[in-house]
Amino acid sequence: MNHDAYDDNYIRSILNNVKSIAMVGASPVNVRPSYFAFKYLAQRGYDMIPVNPGHVGKELMGKPFVASLADIGRPIDMVDIFRNSSHIMPVVDEALKLSPPPKVIWMQLGARDDAAAEKAEAAGLKVVMNRCPKIEYGRLSSEISWMGVNSRTLSSKRAPVPTQGMRLSLNRSSFGGGQTAASDRAAKNKTETT
Amino acid sequence: MTDRLPGFSTLAVHAGAQPDPTTGARATPIYQTTSFVFNDADHAASLFGLQAFGNIYTRIGNPTNAVLEERVAALEGGTAALAVASGHAAQVIVLQQLMRPGDEVLAARKLYGGSINQFTHAFKAFGWNVAWADPDDVASFERAVTPHTKAIFIESIANPAGSITDIEAIAAVARKAGVPLIVDNTLASPYLIKPIDHGADIVVHSLTKFLGGHGNSLGGVIVDAGTFDWSKDNKYPMLSEPRPEYHGIRIQETFGNFAFAIACRVLGLRDLGPALSPFNAFMILTGIETLPLRMQKHCDNAKAVAEFLSSHPAVSAVNYAGLPDDRYHQLQRKYSPKGAGAVFTFSLKGGYDAGVNLVSNLKLFSHLANVGDTRSLVIHPASTTHSQLDDEAKVRSGAGPDVVRLSIGIEDKEDLIADLDQALRA
Ligand SMILES: Cc1ncc(COP(=O)(O)O)c(C=O)c1O
Repeated sequence: MNHDAYDDNYIRSILNNVKSIAMVGASPVNVRPSYFAFKYLAQRGYDMIPVNPGHVGKELMGKPFVASLADIGRPIDMVDIFRNSSHIMPVVDEALKLSPPPKVIWMQLGARDDAAAEKAEAAGLKVVMNRCPKIEYGRLSSEISWMGVNSRTLSSKRAPVPTQGMRLSLNRSSFGGGQTAASDRAAKNKTETT
Repeated sequence: MTDRLPGFSTLAVHAGAQPDPTTGARATPIYQTTSFVFNDADHAASLFGLQAFGNIYTRIGNPTNAVLEERVAALEGGTAALAVASGHAAQVIVLQQLMRPGDEVLAARKLYGGSINQFTHAFKAFGWNVAWADPDDVASFERAVTPHTKAIFIESIANPAGSITDIEAIAAVARKAGVPLIVDNTLASPYLIKPIDHGADIVVHSLTKFLGGHGNSLGGVIVDAGTFDWSKDNKYPMLSEPRPEYHGIRIQETFGNFAFAIACRVLGLRDLGPALSPFNAFMILTGIETLPLRMQKHCDNAKAVAEFLSSHPAVSAVNYAGLPDDRYHQLQRKYSPKGAGAVFTFSLKGGYDAGVNLVSNLKLFSHLANVGDTRSLVIHPASTTHSQLDDEAKVRSGAGPDVVRLSIGIEDKEDLIADLDQALRA
């Protein structure tokens, strides 16, 4: 699996198929990226579970925080990790102990741990690193085009008017796969020099 | 459904646009409105807090402008773009994200005259310093880098003489200095040169020129290559530090590889205010659909005119990189193989008076201060745009008394040559 650049089909199949997402490191502070992503994914119909031992007893968009993945007490499809690269491995270890384990490990924009990815993939999980599911959902649906972002998708079809809480179609035709070639190269250089 | 990579012409027609969800309109509608209703209070708060995608107010974003932004980003191979009111507005917004009083931008000496003015005089009032280097001598850039340097600024094809810049060599200087390379790609357009492929971190355009292409609408655009790491060494606090106006959001952390375009929008355009009219965005978008066709015709016509002039007895020199013996011909073949653009200068044996005469004798060429129109344009810089400089300064900036600048249009080349021929004889 090449983690420097993802094919859109890979990201699309993950976002089309997962229903429940446990977000490790979710923050109730409304200027943190994890809060943005949690809220957006919840509004697009995902079953979101906030995981953060520091906030047990509080709620995020009406969902109670749990302290750890083990405390969720039901199967989940994806673990979205909002932690620095150095804190990824223990979360992956914990996820792999779940029964059944999740189908997908997703590491947030800026986070990458190749050893943890390898371990999860060896156990049959899909892995995404250094991406934001909100941005990818917005990109594949072209909703993010409203901000001048290059969605790298085209469509000649009339899309429904997006309303609150609606799942958007992610099935536009894609080219090149997600990021641009230049930004992928830059990300790869950065990984290699740090 | 990762399909084949669409070609440039397909992107020029389709990228960013889709049938209007509400009406099914196939052409991009002109959303001529100042503001957009919110669904409810929470939606309004999410939009203002940058938590949700959507429209608030046309100074910050507009659906017509967004199509233009995505289209230019796609054509340039960038992650995102921001459209603004003019090329000059794009330049000031880019540097506002990078510069603090006392900082320095290192710029190529060969730039559009208006940019030289903006950098020298307007930016001085902001406390931004400019260091100049010679784009024909890469080592002069290396020598001019200081600890205060925050960006390097060049033109891919430089106005007025159409000289070609060695983008990769200067990109290497920028990388070594740890600063972004900004390339003004106005005279090339992405049809001829894609600076991001050669190491540019930010591309700016005056959309007024070839992209709009019809001489009817001002506009500018900023393209984020998504290549620069803004958080390194805290050199660019607008991107890496918590922003007080957004309750502590860090732009790079939140927006990743299109953070620069977002900073330009929410910290630059929002606060400085040079928004592009949606009507202009529509005109420019329509222009871009035919960019590949027009640009090739511009180049083919320009080459024919340059060849004609270079063998004309009244002409002492032609500066056109498309001519085999031009000093920029090797760089043109490397960076701009489809053509050398349509803006170039030539010199008249008869000096200043001959230049003034030529301009007044032309019947098809329009005498005006613009480039990149469907129509062919002419200007005699020494008696107009550069008239305030002394003779030595005129020569140094490529605008000596005997120099005439042309911007070749998409008319029939035979008619352009005939017009020049009669005007040179008259
Ligand atoms: C190379 C170049 N850059 C920037 C500009 C400024 O653009 P605008 O007139 O749209 O502000 C021009 C205008 O002539 C130009 O030729």
